[in-house]
Amino acid sequence: MSTIFGIPPQALFGQLLLGLINGSFYALLSLGLAVIFGMLNVINFAHGALYMLGAFVAWLLLTTAGIGYWWALLLAPLVVGAFGVVLEKTLLSRLYKLDHLYGLLLTFGLALIVEGAFRHFYGVSGQPYPIPDLLRGGQNLGFMFLPNYRGWVVVASLVVCLATWYAIERTKLGAYLRAATENPVLVQAFGINVPLMITATYGFGVALAGLAGVLAAPIYQVSPLMGSNLIIVVFAVVVIGGMGSILGAVLTGYGLGLLEGLTKVFYPEASNIVVFVIMAVVLLIKPAGLFGRER
Amino acid sequence: MLEVSDLHAFYGESHVLHGVNLEVRQGEVVTLLGRNGAGKTTTMRSIMGIVGKRTGSIRFQGQELIGMAPHKIPRLGIGYVPEERGIFASLNVDENLTLPPVVKDGGMTVQQIYELFPNLQGRGSTQGTRLSGGEQQMLAIARILRTGATMILLDEPTEGLAPVIIEQIGVAVRKLKQRGFTVLLVEQNFRFAATIADRHYMMEEGHVVDMIPNNQLAANMEKLHTYLGV
Repeated sequence: MSTIFGIPPQALFGQLLLGLINGSFYALLSLGLAVIFGMLNVINFAHGALYMLGAFVAWLLLTTAGIGYWWALLLAPLVVGAFGVVLEKTLLSRLYKLDHLYGLLLTFGLALIVEGAFRHFYGVSGQPYPIPDLLRGGQNLGFMFLPNYRGWVVVASLVVCLATWYAIERTKLGAYLRAATENPVLVQAFGINVPLMITATYGFGVALAGLAGVLAAPIYQVSPLMGSNLIIVVFAVVVIGGMGSILGAVLTGYGLGLLEGLTKVFYPEASNIVVFVIMAVVLLIKPAGLFGRER
Repeated sequence: MLEVSDLHAFYGESHVLHGVNLEVRQGEVVTLLGRNGAGKTTTMRSIMGIVGKRTGSIRFQGQELIGMAPHKIPRLGIGYVPEERGIFASLNVDENLTLPPVVKDGGMTVQQIYELFPNLQGRGSTQGTRLSGGEQQMLAIARILRTGATMILLDEPTEGLAPVIIEQIGVAVRKLKQRGFTVLLVEQNFRFAATIADRHYMMEEGHVVDMIPNNQLAANMEKLHTYLGV
């Protein structure tokens, strides 16, 4: 048995793994977008740029200060999160009383500025980022070869997504967050500092993007355009999963990554558009998304 | 305990309250009566600091609330039960019950709350909004009792409820009074209000037009009917 459905198993599993890797990034990014949208009602167009910023912070830490991958995994999300907090405090918070479109426009403009700045200083050719020593090499699983670093990315993103889901659905802080998403005025009238929660939520959401950026640095190259390449697909993922649904964002992220991988095996020509075709179909049948609630 | 004087409130361009004056003393149950749109709910929302803009003075235990950040007001010991009840659909009954943070010592325990509202017992994992209207009202009151708030703002607790449930809510409010809670109550149903309140403020077009002690209610029936238009 050397083929499955006429495809060599190496190719099939290889593409599935690639799909799972892409799915991991889709999930991490759409999770952040979903958390932010739920609480702030802002479609954060700067998400891709902040993902890129995370990768660049890791790269700059390495090349200028000699700080390696593991510290970057902690520091880059903190830097990106802090940047997000400043953005929310100084700019976004002024827009909550206006139409959602203003938040979208502002974050889109911010994305252009951040990306433009990095293009100006570092050009568009990518910078390589080495895989950390601990995760070099790979495992021969018999049916396929699994590079250690790719396995790590899948596991790390799964852990982060599950932890975030648990924090939101099962803890006290998460209950505040869910309640404030539904009725911020009443939650405020119970004595909870809702503006602070909003700032923290935005900081956390973009920190997730920063983390995804660090995870991505050794796989893709660190380039100013890495965010805008990815974010369009991620927005499609969020639309398919349902705006503001945490679980929806995560499941759709992995699911669509895998589906994209499968398409590459069976009908490569369609692999770039399969996500958008699904988005169109979902919007026709369930406008609120697979896991979304009508509001 | 609570003194409101010359309170004006605005939603955007519209001026809703035009100089409200009222006072609630420690341990009293006081109602705001009046027709729809008279400004009763807005008065409550002004006390909680959740209207667009407000001027005048609202003092709680001597502290001025106007200009205070909205999330600090409940921390002084004021609990708010909104008209729409505000039970969260994304939270189960337990999470709804324990959502408002404890702001002072001396709040009721969950066990005492279950004694007051037996209907809520054993429903912990039910989605909050799957409770019946009456149960949601009980939950909305119950979650405030845990917090140690000494003053409770109750906005139309009987609205849309069956007479049996209204009676249960009435029993609960009387028990709260016995426990020393101070209650400001908005009501349309003055028959219900008359069974539990010490005094009644009449509101019309954004201000208080009259105050009737409960024991003089019978003598003032005619006046009351004109105010309420019943």
